[in-house]
Amino acid sequence: MAVIEAINLRRTYRTTTGVIRRKPLEVEAVRGISFAVEQGELFGLLGPNGAGKTTTIKMLITLLLPTSGEARVLGRNVVDDAREVRKRIGYVFGGDRGLYERLSAYDNLRYFAELYGVSGKAQRLRIDEVLELVGLKGRESERVEGYSRGMRQRLHIARGILHDPEVVFLDEPTIGVDPVGARDLRQTIADLVSGGKTVLLTTHYMFEADTLCDRIAVIAKGQIVGEGTPAQLKDNVAGGRVTEIEVFGIDDSVVGRLRAIQGVTAVAVEDRDQKQLLVVQTTGERELTAPLLAELDGLEVGRVDSREPTLEDAYVSLVTSE
Amino acid sequence: MIQGARVFWVGFVLHFKNLSVSPFMMVTAAAWPLVYATLAFLMFRATHQAPSLLYAALGAAVMGIWSTTATSAGGAIQQQRWWGILELLVAAPARLILVLAPITVAIAGIGIYSIASTLLWGRLLFGVPFHVEHPLLFAIAIPAAVLSIGLLGLVLASAFVLYRSASNLSQALEYPVWLITGMLIPLSLLPGWVSPIAWSLAPTWGMRAVRRAALGGDVGTPLLLCAVLSVVYTLLAMLLLHHFERLARERATLSLT
Repeated sequence: MAVIEAINLRRTYRTTTGVIRRKPLEVEAVRGISFAVEQGELFGLLGPNGAGKTTTIKMLITLLLPTSGEARVLGRNVVDDAREVRKRIGYVFGGDRGLYERLSAYDNLRYFAELYGVSGKAQRLRIDEVLELVGLKGRESERVEGYSRGMRQRLHIARGILHDPEVVFLDEPTIGVDPVGARDLRQTIADLVSGGKTVLLTTHYMFEADTLCDRIAVIAKGQIVGEGTPAQLKDNVAGGRVTEIEVFGIDDSVVGRLRAIQGVTAVAVEDRDQKQLLVVQTTGERELTAPLLAELDGLEVGRVDSREPTLEDAYVSLVTSE
Repeated sequence: MIQGARVFWVGFVLHFKNLSVSPFMMVTAAAWPLVYATLAFLMFRATHQAPSLLYAALGAAVMGIWSTTATSAGGAIQQQRWWGILELLVAAPARLILVLAPITVAIAGIGIYSIASTLLWGRLLFGVPFHVEHPLLFAIAIPAAVLSIGLLGLVLASAFVLYRSASNLSQALEYPVWLITGMLIPLSLLPGWVSPIAWSLAPTWGMRAVRRAALGGDVGTPLLLCAVLSVVYTLLAMLLLHHFERLARERATLSLT
């Protein structure tokens, strides 16, 4: 039996526009998502901002009611059996917030241990264990306001696993953390999985997903556009080539013309200070550098490179093809 | 039951500690009531009766408890939202009432600083004699008043899980409650129709219990009514929270994003 199951899950936000004459507005954040995560698996949800990753996680951890569809965690319905689900899961999100800043890390952990029903006798032992696991042992009596971003994030993880949950939801846990801190956090996440936990992770970082995840679902505009192991996702673009071109002042109409070239499967534009980096994926069946450069005629062009596709290219291909 | 009491107590200690290290909260709790107390002493000193000055001092102190509750209970829930903690609190398996009640009771508890500062202020500047008729009952009346006022704050705060600007509503209740619960003016001087409203409000009985314990009189009845109102507020808050939590999950109002 799957530990996490989402079955045709949908979530619509209702809001209004205008000040005097308000008009109702519906935003479909998640549009019929289905997936299953097995025991001990590290499952990644990848997608751009606003794709519906956090909304999906919030439905699974009982903070949001689905508009339709069904979700179960450890066989329990997240709507009707919310309290039982909450007892068995841990939730960690990225960023600075979510902690009592003026209190110590120990105070924060003690409080959440109580909220999660960790018995009085076991509390000190368990808090010591999780502090050791996330590498904050010896710093627990310091006020959180003096912690670095990385330390706060590790404290978040410690809080999320205090009650030894079977399933841990990690929503962009390494966001804003420096490379060394992020590497330590990834090791902590890997340790959780090797310790038998089932983990659902959302992230923007391809390297992180590639290194950690057993399987990945790519979400775009509220729908799953690709699912599989990192190797399977990379296979979708195998045989293809990626051409990177530095340009200055490219606009949408040119990007549209590039997409229309036969053999081009995806085009992404990344802003790099004054210039842009065009990442063009092609089928690899024929050399397309010349036709690409022809479409850029009149624009200032910098470096041009060609390389093998990566997981990031597979992701870009999936997200931009929708 | 014991687990619930533990969750409440640990939560109360954490929030009391968190509020006590906030300079803004301490100024509100300890310094602000001194203004009320000074005005009350100056008015009551005209009667040249020492018990009246203590009456005024205790009135100003309970005003301080209510003021911190009215101005901060709603804000505190919003504060949890700003800190990104409200979602984590709701996502925990503990019952929401056991999570939120310690916050509002701790806010009312900060009012204990009001009692200490107003009594000290009265003694040092106005020579108010601090003689308590029933010290033991006085020691019981203060936490009873704090608890019942804090739970009244919880009823107001229940709405704040859902409505992000609802703290303004609770702040608007600050002055009317001072007036109609007899904190400064005896209830007997107010129109008859005010009394039923006053009787349904914990500050009325909390005030009466604290004053009678200090100045003499029946303390048992107001203490009992504090306890009854605490139970009523708790049941009401449980109902409201159950309803509001579901609506908040439906309307996605638990977080800022």
